[in-house]
Amino acid sequence: MHTIIHLGRVDYIIVAIYFAFVLGIGWLLRHTMKGSGDFLTSRHSIPGWVAGIAFLSANLGAQEVMGMGAQGAKYGIMTSHFYWIGAIPAMVFLGVFMMPFYYGSKARSVPEYLKLRFDEKTRGFNAFSFAVMTIFSSGISMYAMAKLMGLLLGWSFAGSIAISAVIVLVYILLGGLTSAIYNEVLQFFMIVFGFLPLVFLGLKDVGGWSGLKAKLADVAVSQHYAPGAWSEAWGHVGSPSDNPMGVEWFGLVMGLGFVLSFGYWCTDFLVVQRALAANSMTAARRTPLIAAVPKMLFPFLVILPGMIAIVLTYQASQGATGGFALPPKNGSYDYDLVVPYMLVHYFPTGMLGLGMTALMASFMSGMAGNVTAFNTVWTYDIYQSYIARDKPDAHYLLVARLATVFGIALSVAAAYLADAYNNIMDVLQLVFAFVNAPLFATFLLGMFWKRATGNGAFWGLVLGTAAAAAHHGLTIPFGETSLVKGGWLGTVVHTYPSNMAQNFWTAIFAWTVCFVATIAISLATESRKTDAQLRGLVWSLTPHEDREEPALPFWKRIAPFGALILLLTVVLNVIFR
Amino acid sequence: MNLDIRYPIGLLFVIVGAILTGCGIFLPPETASHLLLGTNVNISWGLVQLAFGAVMLALAMRGARKKGGGS
Repeated sequence: MHTIIHLGRVDYIIVAIYFAFVLGIGWLLRHTMKGSGDFLTSRHSIPGWVAGIAFLSANLGAQEVMGMGAQGAKYGIMTSHFYWIGAIPAMVFLGVFMMPFYYGSKARSVPEYLKLRFDEKTRGFNAFSFAVMTIFSSGISMYAMAKLMGLLLGWSFAGSIAISAVIVLVYILLGGLTSAIYNEVLQFFMIVFGFLPLVFLGLKDVGGWSGLKAKLADVAVSQHYAPGAWSEAWGHVGSPSDNPMGVEWFGLVMGLGFVLSFGYWCTDFLVVQRALAANSMTAARRTPLIAAVPKMLFPFLVILPGMIAIVLTYQASQGATGGFALPPKNGSYDYDLVVPYMLVHYFPTGMLGLGMTALMASFMSGMAGNVTAFNTVWTYDIYQSYIARDKPDAHYLLVARLATVFGIALSVAAAYLADAYNNIMDVLQLVFAFVNAPLFATFLLGMFWKRATGNGAFWGLVLGTAAAAAHHGLTIPFGETSLVKGGWLGTVVHTYPSNMAQNFWTAIFAWTVCFVATIAISLATESRKTDAQLRGLVWSLTPHEDREEPALPFWKRIAPFGALILLLTVVLNVIFR
Repeated sequence: MNLDIRYPIGLLFVIVGAILTGCGIFLPPETASHLLLGTNVNISWGLVQLAFGAVMLALAMRGARKKGGGS
């Protein structure tokens, strides 16, 4: 069978060594899993720097790595907005302002915080949608890995699924969340060491940053954009038609930078769970800030290879020989293969094994992150709340282990479903996007406005989700006809210049409706929580000493750390404007 | 937690770094695109990983000594 990558014996040895370490970490942790808390929450035992790396790594699935490479080729340096405005400000906000309430409330999960702050139905809404979402995300991760390994290495679909499912199952069953977190740290270093030489070798090929910039100008001009469209992050966002992303600055800043980014980084239990596992309030608040430091540099690791790939591909199309070119697809290029194709081109046997291992590792830790978030929400927010209360802890530990098994079994089923009906997955991801879009409004009001009520929060979320769906159903991106892309309510009231612009605006609408509706309904309904019950959950009712760490020297405090990160991010934006 | 994650990280990269360096020495690069700083990327990058792994192990051992001395 013809395959794109041929791995040598040494490469397979590296893959095998890595997975031996992954399973070994689970094995070493097996005796520490004494109760459901050890298994599901790590019982506040993780050092800040480990939690910080895991926080970053849980989001650094292979789809992220490959997707960012693809977007780097398609859109150039503008892709780094997903990091610089689409992640860093929200991570700083989480650490400085929100973590005191998540960590201080002693909630074991994000839905549980909603229960403490609002009411049971708001928790239920979040818990059920989150549980379903994690299963499908994990399934999609598995599906994507099996597809890719089939294409690159000729592995069978069933074989890839079975291997990844068994490895993830074993290390989570043995060591629970701690095992997942430790492996995320291992994976982080694998990705950095596996992909960084790609950037060095690629940059050397195109003549460094200045050479890359000059050659990207040719790429931009060949696609009828201004010469700087691929190498300047802010220079071409005045109008959607000026940049390949098809977005304008307001949608970018509000939709991506505010609604989508804060909605994900500040409320998604998958990442917040890592910070909750940290061993002190200070460590928990530092977790997202520590993660923000490598996060702001990641565009150079994951986006630059895409930019280099498009330059080399363009040169090949102009007659250069012996170089690198992306495979063609539907009249354009198969951008999703940027990373694997670059690996094959630049890495000899040995490094190639490391690069492929990094890729597999990130697929699996993407699955493991979802499974550990799922089993916690299932055990504490669904099983313990609605099915069997007041059982001994050993019972919940057993339930958590079983949840891991059926969580992975359901993910496998989801992977096969994705294989059989590609459209179902597109529709599901769309529905999840609708549910997620308004979430940050609920948390913002919950944490900073004591008058927000349970009814306000719940109906605000429902209406926000409905607004997202309605906006999507009434608009369509330019040139699209499929109903999954929009316009399914019969009439189209607005046509967006691109898919991304439509996504950003769907989020802005959902957030605004949720924000306004939550305020209006809260004012019209009675709050059922007393001020004493809300202590530790709402800013104005939480005494300063409960929010802040004991007197630390200035340079160790959270707020200056956060400010420094924001400053560095501004500097990066100015450099690459 | 009774496992310092720096041990496995250090050990993993010492092993992988050594394997890559070995690869670089015994398997010559096939094309010029494999050359980093004039040497086979396996050697240069393998040595970087070896050094990183060693530093991680050293930090873990220092941490363990400190802890042992303190209790």
